[in-house]
Amino acid sequence: MRDDVWIVGVSMTKFGRYPDKDIIDLSSEAARAALADAGVPLSDIEFLAFGTTSETNNASQRLMAQIGYRPIPAFNVANGCATGAVALRLCIQSILAGEASMALAVGAQVMGKAGLLGNASRGGKDGAKPFIRRGRWGTVMSIEGRIGTGTFPGTFSHAGMEYALENDVTFDQFAKVAVKNHEHSRLNPLAQYRRAFTIEEIKGADMVSYPNTVPMCCPTTDGSAAVVVVSSERLATLDIDQRRRAVKISASSIQSQPWSESESIQPDLNTLTRQCAARAYEAAGVGPGDLDLVELHDCFASAELMHYDNLGLCEPGGAGDFIDSRAPWRDGTIPVNVSGGLLSKGHPIGATGLANVFEVATHLRGEAGDRQIDNATVGLTHVLALGSTCAVHILERAAT
Amino acid sequence: MARRIPMVDYLVLDEEGPTLVAHECVFCKALYFERRNACAHCGADVFTPRKLARTGVVTSFTIVHRSAPGVHVPFFSVVVALDGGGSVKATLRDIDVDPDLITPHFPVELTTFVAGVDSEGDQAVAFAFRPRFGCGTDDEAPGTEGVMTSA
Repeated sequence: MRDDVWIVGVSMTKFGRYPDKDIIDLSSEAARAALADAGVPLSDIEFLAFGTTSETNNASQRLMAQIGYRPIPAFNVANGCATGAVALRLCIQSILAGEASMALAVGAQVMGKAGLLGNASRGGKDGAKPFIRRGRWGTVMSIEGRIGTGTFPGTFSHAGMEYALENDVTFDQFAKVAVKNHEHSRLNPLAQYRRAFTIEEIKGADMVSYPNTVPMCCPTTDGSAAVVVVSSERLATLDIDQRRRAVKISASSIQSQPWSESESIQPDLNTLTRQCAARAYEAAGVGPGDLDLVELHDCFASAELMHYDNLGLCEPGGAGDFIDSRAPWRDGTIPVNVSGGLLSKGHPIGATGLANVFEVATHLRGEAGDRQIDNATVGLTHVLALGSTCAVHILERAAT
Repeated sequence: MARRIPMVDYLVLDEEGPTLVAHECVFCKALYFERRNACAHCGADVFTPRKLARTGVVTSFTIVHRSAPGVHVPFFSVVVALDGGGSVKATLRDIDVDPDLITPHFPVELTTFVAGVDSEGDQAVAFAFRPRFGCGTDDEAPGTEGVMTSA
């Protein structure tokens, strides 16, 4: 980046289900905790971005109504599963633009038990009324299950099986991703679930959309995460301990999908991730081999496996061999999703892009407790919103 | 009298049999099935109808076990690269629902089935694919088109 932007405060709530809380309750907890972690008062914040996809309107203002009004620019962001990362990006831009020297990014979501996301929620109607042609596709009834599938599990399973057909990936290799992430989550006290599964349990669980069984699909989750960022000049004014714990944002890469002929029937989830990651690596001046840990968007086990290849973590076409080699386990060569990932830590959509940053930054600070990756100095976060948006951030431990 | 009507705009049912008809950008030849404002590839806004092949190969698939209420599961969902251009998503029928049966470049052909009936008795006809060269089903000669009536 043209100038450096630094993370000085991070937080996330424990992910789970909070039927008695709303997004303002959860985001208040996360925002106040991030400010406390940074050692700065809310009055120091000069820019705020709030990411959530279900109650976006005035979310920042409703948050400030609870934790403290500030006469600052505040933006409300909805960008699918990349929402939290886009909120962080807005804060980075505000600093690079000279509009603010300290900014707060917050993401939150309350999902409850939302069930399948995607076309399935629209259901089908048969025999109720005369058929009327509707919409861009000129349909007379719901296409889900009649002309393929458009659910989120179906779409990501399709993507995984395209990779599998091209590269001879097996059901066992997809299942191993879920074994790893559920095992990793046992060390994360903030994860929604902390239960390990054998590969037989993973493969034998109820199938959602082949190859993804229930524990190979992320749960719906309530939760929030927050990040405080500052300019280099502002960092220099903070005390030595704040500077020592600062984490440098070496790259912030965000992009939408490029054109592909199949985009309207089956999104290409690979090309934008590859392009976005390539730009991030170039900006940071690092490569996949320099990474000490990665938090990538494992909304489904099939997605994580593809992204090993998309992020350059494995040889081209070698994602199946990569998981077989245990390279992405926490004791492997490139630990992936040591938090438990979306599969087990949970996926509160608006918060996920910031929770990944929380996880990597915590390791770079050496503060991850039992799940600490020793001597972590460079990490990567990745989120992907179907529709599609990809965000990759590369973070580095402060040199001081 | 009850009618048979295509479930989607881009399926045409006539004496030639079922055909998928795409909007083709007259400038860059990009293909689309849905109503367009402009070409997402080159930005042009002039399209012409193009009939697509009834045969192709499977490039990805899944077997859906959890779907919308009223949808029979499990079912195959496939993405098919059509011979001569164009990709389309549909269900795959006339085959056991077994992932091991789908191999790279699995050949398929277009078929149709009645997806639903409205309050007037009109039938919504959807398209699907079926194996082209057998794969454990009752074979028909490659290239033939059939109309299935099972919902």
